[in-house]
Amino acid sequence: MSTEKGSEPLFSKKNKKLITDPLTDNNPVTIQVLGICSALAITVQVSQAVVMSLSVLFVIIMGNLIVSLLRDMIPSRIRIIVQLLVVASLVIIVDQVLAAFLPDLSAKLSVFVGLIITNCIIMGRLEAFAMGNKPWPSILDGLGNGLGYGAILIIVAVFRELFGSGTLMGYSIFGNSLPGEESGLYTLGYQNNNLMILPPMALIITGIIIWVQRTRNKALIEEH
Amino acid sequence: MESTLDIFVKAIFSENMIFAYFLGMCSYLAVSKTVKTAVGLGAAVIFVLTVTVPVNYLLENYVLKEGALAWISDEYATLDLSFLSFIMFIAVVASMVQLVEMLVEKFAPALYGALGIFLPLIAVNCSILGGALFMQERQYSTILDATAFSLGSGIGWFIAIVAIAAIREKLRYSNVPGPLRGLGITFIVTGLMGIAFMSFMGIKYGEEVAEDDTKTEVTTAKTDQELENR
Repeated sequence: MSTEKGSEPLFSKKNKKLITDPLTDNNPVTIQVLGICSALAITVQVSQAVVMSLSVLFVIIMGNLIVSLLRDMIPSRIRIIVQLLVVASLVIIVDQVLAAFLPDLSAKLSVFVGLIITNCIIMGRLEAFAMGNKPWPSILDGLGNGLGYGAILIIVAVFRELFGSGTLMGYSIFGNSLPGEESGLYTLGYQNNNLMILPPMALIITGIIIWVQRTRNKALIEEH
Repeated sequence: MESTLDIFVKAIFSENMIFAYFLGMCSYLAVSKTVKTAVGLGAAVIFVLTVTVPVNYLLENYVLKEGALAWISDEYATLDLSFLSFIMFIAVVASMVQLVEMLVEKFAPALYGALGIFLPLIAVNCSILGGALFMQERQYSTILDATAFSLGSGIGWFIAIVAIAAIREKLRYSNVPGPLRGLGITFIVTGLMGIAFMSFMGIKYGEEVAEDDTKTEVTTAKTDQELENR
């Protein structure tokens, strides 16, 4: 960012690109392969995925802002530790808030809230963007990457919850599946696909999302 | 209680870090192009996990847990510092990685040559922090159990990354559809490996075996009674 911020509108073309790029052709999960660890484990239910995306969005925006403000003061030799401490403090805030207001979800997410600390997307953005850019573009970059991450999470979760449990956000879509009191599709012999709930299906669905995305944009295809 | 051996075997197979919890996927996907580098990173993960989890176990049980400070004096017995655990664990992991790197460089230059570039990467590997957090959540009763868990998890991670690296080396010669090449096929293969690993859930551990034995006794007793009734 060599131009003065004063001479540049808040949502200039360049700044808009910071938000839209991670949503499509530079998605942090499917293209840069970052942040997979937490992305897949908590996609059994859409509600978990939404809470996780919001937590990551908060941590990445605030982390980018703080590190960007401190960027001239951080000695480069210890920057990783400083970044880790900033992220860890933010994650503690998220964890305490979740435990206080959403105790059920917090228990289900268990260790994966803590693992936001080592989410490579956050460390990657702090290191690659916030360390060298002004606060405002850093916030937008955090917003874009957080949304890009959340989008993949929620797409995977929608497939897994819809076909695995027949519900979305906890509401039944296909009718009642309890044996003996079936309704809706279940009366026709429809069955929930229990394979969807198992961990390996998260990987396979992400693989298919990558497949679709790269079929639409041939430039992203890898050599090998 | 689960025996130490059960915890160890469980951590390798049925609760494998990669296939059951997706921990450390980032480096798993990035560094699995050749078997040689995969072996290096896998060994480094075993090493660091086995060192950091016991240290974090001591920290958890003598500093952070509710009432853990009672060994200093009674007035600290009611303190609960567990909200600080994330920041303490990550600080321990980052500093242990640094320390391990320095020690290995000084005393085992050959090993340093092999692990060298991977050690700093490991500080932000989810599986290391994940190991510490799982240890905290599961509340292992002795430090031996915690060490068995960490060693087992490390070995499980090692097996997973070496296996996928070997598969990817072979995949290079097969005709994968263009858009799936590289990342996509790796995801799908990992998913299939995960399904294969789920078959290890059938392993019977000490406690469960004992329970099952009593169950079968009960059922045989029932059938005996039924036979008598007839």
